[in-house]
Amino acid sequence: MDLQTVLILAQDGLTNGAIYLLLAVALILVFGVTRIVLIPQGEFVSYGALTLASLQLGVMPGTVWLLLIMASIAAVMETFRLVSSEAVRQLPVTLATILIPPAAIALLAKMCIPLHLALGWQVLLTMLIVTPIGPLVYRVAFRPLADATVLVLLIAAVAVHFVLVGLGLLFFGAEGVRTPPFSDAHLTLGTLSVSGQSLWVYAASFILISLLAWFFSRTLYGKALRAVAFNRNGARLVGISPHLAGTYSFALAAAIGCLSGVMIAPITTVYYDSGFLIGLKGFIGAIVGGMASYPIAAAGALMVGILESYSSFWLSGYKDVIVFAAIIPILLWRSLMSVHYEEEE
Amino acid sequence: MIRRGGFMLFLTLLALLPLFSSYYITMGSYIGLYSIVSLGLVLLTGVARLTSFGQAAFMGVAAYTTAILTVKFGCSPWLTLLIAMALTTAIAFLLGAITLRMGGHYLPLATIAWGISLYFLFGTVPALGGSTGISDVSALTFFGRELRDEKLFYYLIWIVCLATLWVSTNLLDSREGRAIRALRGGVSMVESFGASGHRLKNIVFIYSALLACLAGWLYAHMMRFVNPSPFGLSQGIEFLFMIVIGGPFSLWGAIAGAAVITLLKTLLQGILPKLISQTGNFEIIVFGIMTVMVLQWLKGGIWSLVEHRLPPKPAKPVNDTSSLAQRVQPARRESLLKVDGVTKAYGGLLAVKKMSFELSAGEIVGLIGPNGAGKSTMFNLISGELPLTSGKIHFGTENISSLRSPQIARRGLSRTFQHVRLIPGMTVLENVMIGSYLRTRDGLLAAGLRLNQATENQVRAEAARQLRRVGLADSMLIHAGNLSLGKQRIVEIARALCADPLLLLLDEPAAGLRYLEKQELATLLSELREQGLSVLIVEHDMEFLMNLVDRIVVMEFGEKLAEGLPCDIRSNPAVLEAYLGGV
Amino acid sequence: MTQRLLTVRDLNVRYGKVEAVYKASLTVDRGTIVSVIGPNGAGKSTLLNAIMGVQPSRGCVEFCGSDIGRVSIERRVAMGLCLVPETRELFAQMTVEDNLELGAFTCHRRGDKGIRENMKGVYSLFPRLEQRRTQFAGSLSGGERQMLALGRALMSRPTLLMLDEPSLGLAPLIVKEILHTISDLRSTGVSILLIEQNARAALQISDYGYVLENGEIALEGASADLAGNPRVIESYLGMGGV
Repeated sequence: MDLQTVLILAQDGLTNGAIYLLLAVALILVFGVTRIVLIPQGEFVSYGALTLASLQLGVMPGTVWLLLIMASIAAVMETFRLVSSEAVRQLPVTLATILIPPAAIALLAKMCIPLHLALGWQVLLTMLIVTPIGPLVYRVAFRPLADATVLVLLIAAVAVHFVLVGLGLLFFGAEGVRTPPFSDAHLTLGTLSVSGQSLWVYAASFILISLLAWFFSRTLYGKALRAVAFNRNGARLVGISPHLAGTYSFALAAAIGCLSGVMIAPITTVYYDSGFLIGLKGFIGAIVGGMASYPIAAAGALMVGILESYSSFWLSGYKDVIVFAAIIPILLWRSLMSVHYEEEE
Repeated sequence: MIRRGGFMLFLTLLALLPLFSSYYITMGSYIGLYSIVSLGLVLLTGVARLTSFGQAAFMGVAAYTTAILTVKFGCSPWLTLLIAMALTTAIAFLLGAITLRMGGHYLPLATIAWGISLYFLFGTVPALGGSTGISDVSALTFFGRELRDEKLFYYLIWIVCLATLWVSTNLLDSREGRAIRALRGGVSMVESFGASGHRLKNIVFIYSALLACLAGWLYAHMMRFVNPSPFGLSQGIEFLFMIVIGGPFSLWGAIAGAAVITLLKTLLQGILPKLISQTGNFEIIVFGIMTVMVLQWLKGGIWSLVEHRLPPKPAKPVNDTSSLAQRVQPARRESLLKVDGVTKAYGGLLAVKKMSFELSAGEIVGLIGPNGAGKSTMFNLISGELPLTSGKIHFGTENISSLRSPQIARRGLSRTFQHVRLIPGMTVLENVMIGSYLRTRDGLLAAGLRLNQATENQVRAEAARQLRRVGLADSMLIHAGNLSLGKQRIVEIARALCADPLLLLLDEPAAGLRYLEKQELATLLSELREQGLSVLIVEHDMEFLMNLVDRIVVMEFGEKLAEGLPCDIRSNPAVLEAYLGGV
Repeated sequence: MTQRLLTVRDLNVRYGKVEAVYKASLTVDRGTIVSVIGPNGAGKSTLLNAIMGVQPSRGCVEFCGSDIGRVSIERRVAMGLCLVPETRELFAQMTVEDNLELGAFTCHRRGDKGIRENMKGVYSLFPRLEQRRTQFAGSLSGGERQMLALGRALMSRPTLLMLDEPSLGLAPLIVKEILHTISDLRSTGVSILLIEQNARAALQISDYGYVLENGEIALEGASADLAGNPRVIESYLGMGGV
């Protein structure tokens, strides 16, 4: 293997690694704030890619229907909840906040599709469609389980994953999609040629991570999310609602997932169920960070990307076997590092 | 009667099913196989509060082991069963060993990853037949006769399934099984009776993996063909859905869930493609939604609806006398516990500073102090739940400073908990039986095969004896959660006594008790002292201790403030200041 | 004329089958300090938690004239009810200043602009917090943590501050300082419901007192009267003879 190949593989690895990094950050965020192991994270990746592909074909993406259906279910659940807790007065406002944004987004999509907008606008529209699905998933599936154990939440997360994958197949079919790259330009550095899409991925990841870092360390809402992750009871006592925090973290997770999907679609063919494996690779990064440390998880995610890239060169058939088997030594390492502690219910 | 009748009806139905059509035989065989896997998953998820998405992968390990060894090496299927089980045990042990010490979500995440890994491996390695798989797996032979008839195989599967149900029931109702059920009360509670929480969790995980292995082996010989698809992650997840929907807290829930999901899947695979005019496994949408709904509204699953309508299980008879060996209590005045210059630091904060005191056999000593004085920390240092930073603790003549709580329990120290840790869904008697963990030796094999009945009877009689000793003979068969707090605390004392301790450690036993309950508790403790037992009580309530204890040690800010006879302590100005405060 | 701020009527709290608080009734008037004293395990913390909504309960809790029985904790905070629990519940991995800022979370959501000034007020009350503003809350000493917990609570501009054992685990000198600050708070218009084991201190700074025993209100009265009541000293202080 010559230096050229080494560098090309490293470039591929870092590109995928950057995506896994974003997903790992979202997973840690959601786990910290809600104690939910967000197995369905990968579905937002698929949805992002597939929605963008539909928009490019000038077709109404299935995710718009999903958005409307989820909003209706959420509205019904909220009605039941408010009626049973004798708070009917709040009903009109609550229903409006649940139903109006999805309806507006659907309408917008309907208006925009025939216009064949530029790629940038389509990406924005994709984000607008997919992001609200996150909070709605939280509202419908997880909020009623807010007091459940991590185990129950995990089982629910897996169930949601099944539902979203099934719906992905239903709305988008079994065909894979590949979207055109954001840029056809190539950057040549000596003998190495870096593709424009890779540069986009690096730049977008960097900007997104910087934005997130700013959000968590400088803004009150960012601090509030961290506070919930550190100490749920303390957060409630200063008036931060765990439901609000859950909603925000799911919105962030969906947005990050969607953006990852949009960025990865020009690099690899995305099917309705591709997101799952991509999301799981983000998980390996998150586990490296003990589901708690962002920097260690980031390093772990990049490592997963590079491991994947090199193993696909040497043992292409065993790429996924190697990447997922890597979790065993990682867990062993974490287990040796961790002090014995007890989980109380 | 209803229980027995229902069971008979179920057996009859099972026996007659193959007479109808071969469709029923196939469905029945699958339900039986999946029930075996689900039984293990109920123990893991519903009882031990862990879970795994890799049960299908364990099936795959067994199926592929037997396929390769019988097809390529001509081994006997019975030999391959043993090899597969050994292999499964090794894998499950490894996975458990590296994940079970960490948070409960690491095991399922590890099983997801290893399940996927294995699935890709099955599909990629040429020697494993790739995605086409391995065909012509040899048939099972019984005494030289091949078992090729699907009807006979159906019966074999159900015999195995009912046998595993029987074994699992027996296991839950044994020494180790009770400890596993008690994990719900927290690892530290179980460990205070000498069991290792980590080992118990590992046992459950390996057992559930072995059941999956058994099912995988049967599957390979039933189909006479293996390929990767039935052992993928989706199938692993479906097993979990089976028990959540069927009922994760009851072994029968496993069978109910396996039946419901299997039948529903066939039904949906018939209907959905017509509705959607597309092919694909859309039933996963329905299963996912069902699972979320059950989690939100019907935590006990479908079986809980049946269970509520059944009469309670009849109680087992309790013998009058138990002949479990008892320790010889040390002679009065002999030094039993010696705390010598013990310090506990959390970072820079000293929770306990150079504490020293002694307790002699046959004494009741009270350790008191205002809230936050470090009493509970001191208590946990003695019981071994926390490691000391410096200093020595001697129990009898032995230095126990570096021992952990199960080892200290083994030496005759038994404790209660400030926040009562009984298992609400178990009877008072069963709760007390947990205490006897170290007094019998029955292993898992004896328990599973019900060869432990003699010792079980003894343990039951011993628990009943302790309950009589504390005056709760009437409440023996009530669920522990239905007792008042005062009685629950006394049950905890009975449970501690059931371990036959030399020294009883009580953590704030009077907190939250009413006046009369406190008096009853004090009477009970003085009686125990007359019987030769030594007691260390950590308590806030001075009045409760005044007429009960022989000596009092007072703590404040992690240090010893005073020590002496109750009457002296009461008039000690420093103690008054600490308690009443002053501005 | 005095104004009722908090009215609790026949409050019951159960843990499973165990009745932790039984038919407790109490009132707090605007501008007063009310203390609840009683032995360990009497249900004092449970009572506060139930008023805050942390613990489900049956009975009637009225705050500022409206029934808040079905109101979420967050809404109660926004209404001006604030609890400093026994465990403090600080954000240990965040700085002192971030902790204080988060204390004002509900004010911020309301669009309140005076957060900076409010923080200045807290700093002038506890100058030591200002010195430690960039330190992590987890690195503070016990007394400083209690100050931070109080400061964080004050950031939400509460009308009723509920304090669960503010003197817990603190050295006598710091207890003095903290209790002094608490009694000074009355002049800023904050009413206080105080739970203390340190009974003498509690009765000294409060206007009215309740004695909770086994989940029931056993005695009540003006603090000065309670402090002199021999039954209080005898029975619940745990020092009486039998």
